[in-house]
Amino acid sequence: MSLSLSLNINGQMRAVDIDDPRITLLDLLRERLELTGAKKGCDRGQCGACTVLVDGKRINACLALAVTLDGAEITTIEGLAGEDGLHPVQAAFIHHDGFQCGFCTPGQIMSAVGLLAEGHAGDDPERVREQMSGNLCRCGAYRGITEAVLDAHRTLNATAREDAA
Amino acid sequence: MNRFDYIRPASVAEAVAAATQPGSAYLAGGTNLVDLMKGGALRPDCLVDISRLPGLDRIEWLADGGLRIGALVRNADLAHDALVQARFPAVSEALLSGASAQLRNVATLGGNLLQQTRCPYFYDTASACNRRAPGSGCDALQGENRSHAVLGWSDHCIATHPSDLCVPLVALDAVIEVQGPQGSRGIPLETLHPLPGDTPHLETMLSPGELITAVRIPAEAIAVAGHARYLKVRERTSFAFALVSAAAGLELDGGVIRKARLALGGVAARPWRARVAEAALEGGPATAEAFARAAEAALADARPSGDNAFKIELARRILIRALQEALAGTPEQRPALPASPFAPPSGARHVA
Amino acid sequence: MSLETPAPLTPYPRHGSNSGQPISRRDGELKVTGQATYAADNHPPGLLYAVTAVSSIARGRVAALDVAAAKAHPGVVEVITPANRPPLSHDPDVKLGMFGFRIEVLQDDKVRYANQPIALVLAESLEAAVEGAALLRPRYEVEPARTGLGNGDRYAPAAVGVGAPPRTAFGDLDAGFAAADQVIEAEFTTPAQFHNAMEPHAVVAQWDGDHLTLDMPNQALVMSREAYAAYFGVPGENVLIRSPFLGGGFGSKAILNGPQILAILAARHMRRPVKLVLSRAQMYGPVGHRGRTWQTLRLGVDGEGRLTAMHHHSLAATSSFEDFLEPAANASLHAYASPAILSQTEGLRLDIGTPGPMRAPGEASGSAALEVAMDEAALACGMDPLAFRLKNFAETEPGTGRPYSSNALRECYAEGAKAFGWAGRPLQPRQMRDKDGLLVGWGMGTALFPCPHFPAEARATLRADGTALVETAGVDMGQGAWTALAQIAAEALGLDPEQVEFRSGVSDLPDAGVAGGSGHTASAGLALHNAGQNVIARLAELAGADPASPLFGAGNIGVVAKGGRLHRRDDEGRSESYADILARTGQTELVGTGRMARDEEAVQAWAMYSHGAVFAEVKVDPDLGMVRATRLVGAFAAGRIINPKLVRSQYYGGMIWGVSFALQEAAIADPRTGRIMNADLAEYRIPVNADVPSLEAILVPEDDRYVNPLGVKGVGEIGITGTVGAIANAVWHATGVRVRRFPIQIEDLLGGG
Repeated sequence: MSLSLSLNINGQMRAVDIDDPRITLLDLLRERLELTGAKKGCDRGQCGACTVLVDGKRINACLALAVTLDGAEITTIEGLAGEDGLHPVQAAFIHHDGFQCGFCTPGQIMSAVGLLAEGHAGDDPERVREQMSGNLCRCGAYRGITEAVLDAHRTLNATAREDAA
Repeated sequence: MNRFDYIRPASVAEAVAAATQPGSAYLAGGTNLVDLMKGGALRPDCLVDISRLPGLDRIEWLADGGLRIGALVRNADLAHDALVQARFPAVSEALLSGASAQLRNVATLGGNLLQQTRCPYFYDTASACNRRAPGSGCDALQGENRSHAVLGWSDHCIATHPSDLCVPLVALDAVIEVQGPQGSRGIPLETLHPLPGDTPHLETMLSPGELITAVRIPAEAIAVAGHARYLKVRERTSFAFALVSAAAGLELDGGVIRKARLALGGVAARPWRARVAEAALEGGPATAEAFARAAEAALADARPSGDNAFKIELARRILIRALQEALAGTPEQRPALPASPFAPPSGARHVA
Repeated sequence: MSLETPAPLTPYPRHGSNSGQPISRRDGELKVTGQATYAADNHPPGLLYAVTAVSSIARGRVAALDVAAAKAHPGVVEVITPANRPPLSHDPDVKLGMFGFRIEVLQDDKVRYANQPIALVLAESLEAAVEGAALLRPRYEVEPARTGLGNGDRYAPAAVGVGAPPRTAFGDLDAGFAAADQVIEAEFTTPAQFHNAMEPHAVVAQWDGDHLTLDMPNQALVMSREAYAAYFGVPGENVLIRSPFLGGGFGSKAILNGPQILAILAARHMRRPVKLVLSRAQMYGPVGHRGRTWQTLRLGVDGEGRLTAMHHHSLAATSSFEDFLEPAANASLHAYASPAILSQTEGLRLDIGTPGPMRAPGEASGSAALEVAMDEAALACGMDPLAFRLKNFAETEPGTGRPYSSNALRECYAEGAKAFGWAGRPLQPRQMRDKDGLLVGWGMGTALFPCPHFPAEARATLRADGTALVETAGVDMGQGAWTALAQIAAEALGLDPEQVEFRSGVSDLPDAGVAGGSGHTASAGLALHNAGQNVIARLAELAGADPASPLFGAGNIGVVAKGGRLHRRDDEGRSESYADILARTGQTELVGTGRMARDEEAVQAWAMYSHGAVFAEVKVDPDLGMVRATRLVGAFAAGRIINPKLVRSQYYGGMIWGVSFALQEAAIADPRTGRIMNADLAEYRIPVNADVPSLEAILVPEDDRYVNPLGVKGVGEIGITGTVGAIANAVWHATGVRVRRFPIQIEDLLGGG
């Protein structure tokens, strides 16, 4: 069985043929498309290391079968930084030391980008913590992660205000 | 994971026809099914992808004031719908207390209702499990079972239903709409999951091929909107299944309870409507004593299925707490930690 | 340091400036953009995927495997079982050096624990390999598994931890207890815990003739290289391990394991590159864990609240075929002043994977028990827990009487208590509630960790343009070595960190030793420091001998290296840039080398520890027994701090591990089968972000002139040691319920509704 998918990955349309319906989005990205930024920490939706955006929403790529995603728009950590440099969330993670080993970091960052787009946490640290709880960090960088998300929230708000002005 | 056929039907009728074939399974969000397939607990021959079926992803308000939620509505979308939040706040809170934001973005309403138990012996294919492999036995009975059922269990199965969402839904008299080979029908959610008895492998009342298309919540259930909470005891502050949970909704007339809606989660193989407790409350005052009596009544038939006697007392207490919180009034702003006792709502209460 | 004790030796001189800058991680941009490459991110052409099939029983033998079914699955190309496993040059049942544990590499059909590899499936795709492994459907001959106290085999071990004695006694214990007014006795249990680094163990193995390249996360590159070489019968220099980034290690990636060796063997057998990544569930067995303990503590105290005797006994679980025992009882040896101390460890053989070192081995489990027992003793004496600890403050190292090379523990107590607001804490439990009616409790614990150093080497190369390359086979598993080590090297070289290229994480560089024991920054750092000084000395020689240099003849006076220039020590206005010196003397580069070195006399003469004090607030729901660690303040003194930003992160991480130990994580094995029923990241509950709302780490200044020339101690593990007890004590203070079984669970606290 061969299935043809059309995927928009990080802004680029790609025709992807897959020969196996078992392939998850995560394994497609990592093993077949050379996009290894998203990480496999548990492969069961329990750790969040594989978080990517699908049609603008954060999901666990390990539990999404690639065949179901024909036509989807996928953003991975590799597609986040723009030509003008790091995304504010990425910069904030560095500034606040929101990681140690870095393995969960692509997932944390994509999750944070998704969280900020959802707009339900605002500037409330407790809401940020709760809504970032789908991303485990064994090194224990949670304090920096929370600070980074709040900082990026402020940066993005300020940018939005400037754009509006 | 075994190899399987993958089909994506264009209509409900096509989907039903395909899924009626033995070995087929519906795939919607996949957050539970794909997980079970990875662990080998389920090995379907054919996945019927219903995620793009038209018309099943709508949240509609019916002429009679009731709510109809399409089975493919994602948990996050339902939870954040402003009207759902206002009229069925416990539904919203339960949804947001479940899983993680990533999973809520994908998991669907129908899938939530049909999710499998989290009993580790069900997941572990080397263990005996009557639910997974009929007649093989139940390794949970003499095993690690501190989180298992205290109500409605049998010697054949002591698993619990893990859904948060289903708990307020049964309390609110939700009805599911089903399409099957024989046409459509409605089933009260309360009866969707049979108790295990000696047939724990019969996990739902659905016949082969039957597809949940929607869930309806009746208009009367809105009457408890001002006094409704869902509370959950779990062993992490977030991203953990309930050890026990409770949904409570009250319709008050002065200090008197006109109508009580109560259900427990994490205690049985189904979301557990606590009707005896409701009856004990209705027509009486909303007092601590009444809540305690109601909790006693709700757990009167409970018995430990293993190393879990503490869950009986815990279930009483979470029910009492949910009643207290409901009496205090639904918080106007959703708590930062949904359903958590650590996020006592401060500030304005939404009093209908 | 105790003022009464004369300093026996000369302190190390301090060189140059204090690096001390909180610079951001040098690898930060790679990590936030997804460009940091972890082992499993490698994908050489022609790759085969390897997946292990693992045992579901804990003891017995594999009677049959359906190899034909697996091989018939499309994409599967080979199945390796004990029946056809190609030979290895080293017998895996024979130990291979200190960290060379006996391991399972399909040498026979015996099953020694659940999740032991019993076959390896190779396939063209990951999906096929996974399914191929499932299709093997093993049949077993099952023997009853030894899973706990009731059926394990107790034994008297020769050693605990890594070579520590199983029994250590100071003073006269009987006399100590006889002198006591009260004896506090308590029993504690700690569960099996798994490292669960976010990055699963992985390897991408490629052979080129008898040369082997391994992409794998590895905490001990050169040591491991030699061990792999032994297993495969090739010279050590033929093995190249690349480990530029580790997705966490915590002790689990220093020791060889069966699955990775099998994958390497398969790559040679198949003449193709092979990738193997353990599933999360498969990490619960062959890659180590923190072993269970059953501990008993007896503390004698006199009428004034002074310890008269301490007896810490631990029964520690290990596997049926190896000997690593969690050295928990040794945590009581050096914590508090007591005239008599006895620590004893017994072993318990179970049918489990071999435990190993896991972040703060021994100290974490042992101090958890000790700090709770100290809390109980304080209460028995009617004393504030902090006052009780100060009363029993060790002015010199307990047992040996050696002075401390430095010891700012008093300052840690004081600053931590102040920042936390400890003063005024009610002695009795269940006295405090918050505005929402939740019970509030405050607890504390002392944190302690020794300062081991490991042999390490480094090379520093000054380049023609005045910048430098420094090299050592170091390991960054998240602690920030790429940044902190570069800062140390830059300081020694008189350069800015940006002018220093730091090469590391590859086994063909000078040996940087093991990243473990909180000793990597000190050990590899010293080697780099010495390499830097060595090359600067050579440069100074060149300049001093060159009549054209402004430094000509500065030999005896000496030079100072800073800002990329050498300055005459007596006249800093006379200076020359490195580039100019090299250019004029016709050198394209200049190489220096260095090793970890310190004064062995000092090592013997001084007691060396990092210290800290942790203060915890928990809130407990009075009806529901749910606990949340709402506030943690740790104050730590660990000598000179190279990078405060990274060090704070280490402390935070350690403290979160403490929260997890106290309240959350435990592997639950079915006592009948020995299978771990929560071998995942959902029911094995490591903390999520919402579990740790408030953390503060105070860096207490400490100038240590004896620990090593850098004055650096370790920070990686100490955070966990005080925190476990602090939280358990806070739970008691909130509820009045003393829980001595870790982790503390809801049912433990439901009684007092």
